[in-house]
Amino acid sequence: MNRLVVVAIFAFLWLPILVIFVVSFDTSTFLRFPPQGFTLDAYATVFSTPAFVSGLWTSLIVAVFATAVTLVVSTAAALVFTRSTFRGSGAAQAFFLSPLLVPNIVLGLALLLFFAPLGLTDGYLGLVLAHVVLCIPYAVRTITVSLTTVDVSSEDAARVLGASKLVTFRRVTLPLIRPGIVAGGVLAFLVSFDEAIVSLFLSGFAVTPLPVALLDHMETQAGPEVAALSVLLILFSLGVVLVIERVLGLTKTLRS
Amino acid sequence: MTAAPAPAASRPRRRIPAAWWLLLPGLVILAFAYFTPMLWVVRMAFNRFIGGGGIDVTLSLDSFVEVFTDPYYLRVAGTTLALGCWVAVLTVLVAYPLSLFLARTTSKYRGLITMFAIAPMLVSSVARTYGWMVVLGNQGLINTVLSGLGLTDRPVQLANNFTGVVIALVQIFLPYAVLAMSSGFGRLDADLEQAAASLGANRFTRFRRITLPLTLPGVLTAGLLVFVLAISAYVTPRLIGGGRVFVLAAEIYDQATNQLNWPLAAALSVMLIIIFGAAIGLYQILQKRVERRMSGL
Repeated sequence: MNRLVVVAIFAFLWLPILVIFVVSFDTSTFLRFPPQGFTLDAYATVFSTPAFVSGLWTSLIVAVFATAVTLVVSTAAALVFTRSTFRGSGAAQAFFLSPLLVPNIVLGLALLLFFAPLGLTDGYLGLVLAHVVLCIPYAVRTITVSLTTVDVSSEDAARVLGASKLVTFRRVTLPLIRPGIVAGGVLAFLVSFDEAIVSLFLSGFAVTPLPVALLDHMETQAGPEVAALSVLLILFSLGVVLVIERVLGLTKTLRS
Repeated sequence: MTAAPAPAASRPRRRIPAAWWLLLPGLVILAFAYFTPMLWVVRMAFNRFIGGGGIDVTLSLDSFVEVFTDPYYLRVAGTTLALGCWVAVLTVLVAYPLSLFLARTTSKYRGLITMFAIAPMLVSSVARTYGWMVVLGNQGLINTVLSGLGLTDRPVQLANNFTGVVIALVQIFLPYAVLAMSSGFGRLDADLEQAAASLGANRFTRFRRITLPLTLPGVLTAGLLVFVLAISAYVTPRLIGGGRVFVLAAEIYDQATNQLNWPLAAALSVMLIIIFGAAIGLYQILQKRVERRMSGL
């Protein structure tokens, strides 16, 4: 009985994802089930739709820059949260994690209203800044966790032996927390790459990330090309996650 | 807190602590692209809209009065609240048996099963919403199966309405709920349940007196998380709602980008944040009550 319930829940969880796979090979051009035939046309359509191709590049560029900035900023902050006795550390940590609590729709509006007079909308800089804010909580969390699980005695040993703080960090701490940094980076990349709502407020005609391009497209048509693109996105994120799981055990990092 | 390395006592004093330099880049970015904009949006709600995208910088309550008295906006707020409650309750009900299973299973594939429960979180929510459009549509999977079995002669209306949005959001937020619950299920101890069983408690009593109280904090956390995510959802209500489900998030976007009525959009955001705050307050009260009962055990 219990097992049956669990199987049913898994079916519910994976049903829409499996359906997307099936529909992406459909010959029919509008939303229906079952499919009318088998073709790869939808995948060709994805790559011949300019909005999708340029959206993909935009998303990749934004995600790479956002991830890089996020990791530098978050590693520095996580060091303070775990290795410093400084008074405001707890409050600062709460502040760094707090963007997670703000509804994206409100943050998107706030950024539009604040960035528009500064000319930061519809450009890369505004998007990257916004995505960094969204990614920081995830990166800070994973890096903080790995910093607290690392044994400080090796850092102390390096210090005692005369290594400067910078050398200790670069030669001892950094290699030890690399799994946490990689996990934080992967999460940040995926969060940025998949972000639709905040980007929707900040993008216009010049710069449109993929999720926004996809949403715009779905306003008017929802044929198999949407499914094909979704499949590609799913394979992309699952691929990233599987690689990381094999290398580092992401589920462990997430649950700890 | 772990032990901190020795502070730089050998250096001359009265310098800015290293901690500040390390925090500075993050603080600057968060101040510029998060904190100030959030204050700005609250300030914007007190300005007055003068049509055609013009804004009169002043201190007026016009937008708040409109948002909190106009029956249309009150209805939108009501729909948003109802959506949040339905999705939170249903998601928790579905996530609970799954999280219990994941916490208890001794299968050697436990890691893999857990990943299967959480991995959909990483699938774009736009993509998953599209999947539900195919499943729930009038010519979709469910209606094809139902009419194929001769159970219905007309398509059951599952998409383009409130029900469809609820179904899709429950699935989309399920992995979040499982994650939030599982981290709280550490207190669950198989020995306790076995002890109760050996003392003659039946399955129902064991669940009511042991499993449920131990897992309740995790359940509350998951419920809050899903509620908060659901009331600010935009993509799914817009695509599956088919223009018939009006929620605050969609209204905020419409006012901000189509009507260019920024003060009203800001006031609607403040309304959303108030609902948010109320939910968090309720959560803290309930959590405290649960903790008190637990320590009284």
